[in-house]
Amino acid sequence: MKGIGVSPGIAMGKVCILEKKEITLTGAIIGAADADGEIGKLDDALKAAVQEIEGLKSRRDNALNEDESAILDAHIELLRDPILYDGIAKKIKNELNNCQDAVIKVIESTRQIFLNMDDEYFRSRAADIRDIGDRLLKQLVKSSSVNISKLDENVIVVAHDLTPSDTIAMDRQHVIGFVTELGSKTSHAAIIAKIREIPAVVGCSALGSVKNGQMLIIDGSTGEVILNPDNKTLSEYKARQEDFMKKCTRLKLLKDLPAETADGHRVTLAGNISEPGEIDRIVQCGGKGVGLLRTEFLYMDRDCFPGEEAQFEFYKAAALKAGTNPVIIRTLDIGGDKNLGYFNLPAEANPFLGYRAIRICLDRKDIFITQLKAILRAGVFGKLKIMFPMISGIQELREAKKVLEAAKAGLEKDNTEFDRNIEAGIMIEIPSAAVTADILAKEADFFSIGTNDLCQYTLAVDRMNEKITGLYDHFHPGVLRLIENVIIQAHKNGKHVGMCGEMASDPLAALLLLGMGLDEFSMSAPSIPYIKDVIIRNSMQKAREVYSRVMEMESSTQIIEYLQVVSK
Amino acid sequence: MICKEYTVLSAEGLHARPATTLLNVVKKFKSDILLKKGDMEVVAKSMLGILTLAAKCGDKVSVTIEGEDEIEAAKAIEHLFLEELKNQ
Repeated sequence: MKGIGVSPGIAMGKVCILEKKEITLTGAIIGAADADGEIGKLDDALKAAVQEIEGLKSRRDNALNEDESAILDAHIELLRDPILYDGIAKKIKNELNNCQDAVIKVIESTRQIFLNMDDEYFRSRAADIRDIGDRLLKQLVKSSSVNISKLDENVIVVAHDLTPSDTIAMDRQHVIGFVTELGSKTSHAAIIAKIREIPAVVGCSALGSVKNGQMLIIDGSTGEVILNPDNKTLSEYKARQEDFMKKCTRLKLLKDLPAETADGHRVTLAGNISEPGEIDRIVQCGGKGVGLLRTEFLYMDRDCFPGEEAQFEFYKAAALKAGTNPVIIRTLDIGGDKNLGYFNLPAEANPFLGYRAIRICLDRKDIFITQLKAILRAGVFGKLKIMFPMISGIQELREAKKVLEAAKAGLEKDNTEFDRNIEAGIMIEIPSAAVTADILAKEADFFSIGTNDLCQYTLAVDRMNEKITGLYDHFHPGVLRLIENVIIQAHKNGKHVGMCGEMASDPLAALLLLGMGLDEFSMSAPSIPYIKDVIIRNSMQKAREVYSRVMEMESSTQIIEYLQVVSK
Repeated sequence: MICKEYTVLSAEGLHARPATTLLNVVKKFKSDILLKKGDMEVVAKSMLGILTLAAKCGDKVSVTIEGEDEIEAAKAIEHLFLEELKNQ
């Protein structure tokens, strides 16, 4: 059986099925005189439900962490919510529904409001509404279900679906993993499994044949679920489990170690993020600073351009959270492929070769200067750097810097505080920029190589095109020579080079990039430990050897084979 | 009546934890407190209300306070938006 692995690791144990009886509408109509009685039932049920949650929170044998407590606090507030109460009471008094039906209807319509929201985070709050609804109904309709908060032996919980409360209430000591039929990577159950570091698989249909007490193996990385495994399979997975635990321990140890090779060469490992909150994750994963702060989300899901103040607060939050570590902010990098309701971007035949990113900013200097002013002002609170995307040549860089100077002059005139010495660098993602890196290195404060687009443009491959996706290859000698040139030219001019494209998170490429002299690897936080591991286990001397050998090779097949051998 | 506009500073907007913090502050006061984002207006003393506002980091929210303790309420709410939400 197969599902979606949402929390890595392997669990092997006995099945414990969480059976839930769906409580449905009765369709009954009450007499008007009974309305008060039904509201009395509502009051009692609400009180009992809140008490139940408070009991959960204060259990000492199943102590909750901060996030779980916060979720339960929010649930208590929802149960006490006046709007919810009024809605249910109205259905009882005006439509003469009994309490159970009134609750079911109001919970469902409230859920729908959340399900219809644009923002994914708020959409998933619908699960919280369902959760408190279920808890309330359980008080009204006493039905028995398996109690997974107190178990006697280690089990793997199997369920159709798990609400936030289910996962929070689970006996921490004895639940060693779980698998559900519904769910996705972002559902509550998945998030909590990751926090608790127990293997979990969701979206696994065909769990109907599973029975209590049967032996189950789940692999939270691959999503595999094996029922009644034979001895051979059992020992194979036991070995995999041990491997995984060893790896986890090692990666945890890496968190506080510097990204330094065996012979003392240091590089920076930073994170790619879309909002300030994600900086915590970078620190947790052992990274330092932000190599790419995307700003597109400030412009999406709204009905007008973000003003200077809103942007300023956003950048300021990032600066403060990062402390003494730098945050590289990429200016607006959007194009015709994204639909901004308020900004009429023309539909283009080739949006990736079209009116986007810096081209829009240089054409609409009003939008550009607003963003730059906000960054300049926020720069006072930390170590911010500006990065211009999609620069194709020196003229564009010069024009962008002129707008930056105008932004500074404007703030100067208004006597507003800003970072006068803020660094301004560029993304290298267009081949013409990579080839003329020598010219650009004289006037850019730093480079950051955007390998995703650099590969696409250099190899003339659209990553999203399924037919040719195999041609997208960051080990192609053509791409490697461009990267090499960028690093050489930057260093010739005393400038720092980072990489924020996906290649930076590929452990197979790490030794090569290290040998080439890359100063900074920036990636999504969870990948950081894997790259740090490669760096710490190797020497700069070896990295340089790998680099010179690779640059003599003719094809990426040859290169990949070689790298796989040296990476062992 | 006191009316003031704030920018949401918490990294993930007004979601579970900040919403609970906000709720705990407004519940202390007798005044009627409304929150407005764009066209949507909600009652601040309701968790459901705050969540349906779906306010994200950087969004502008205007707060309207009316009642006998509106001045203290305004002070507490100002502190919340400008200081407390920054750390969440």
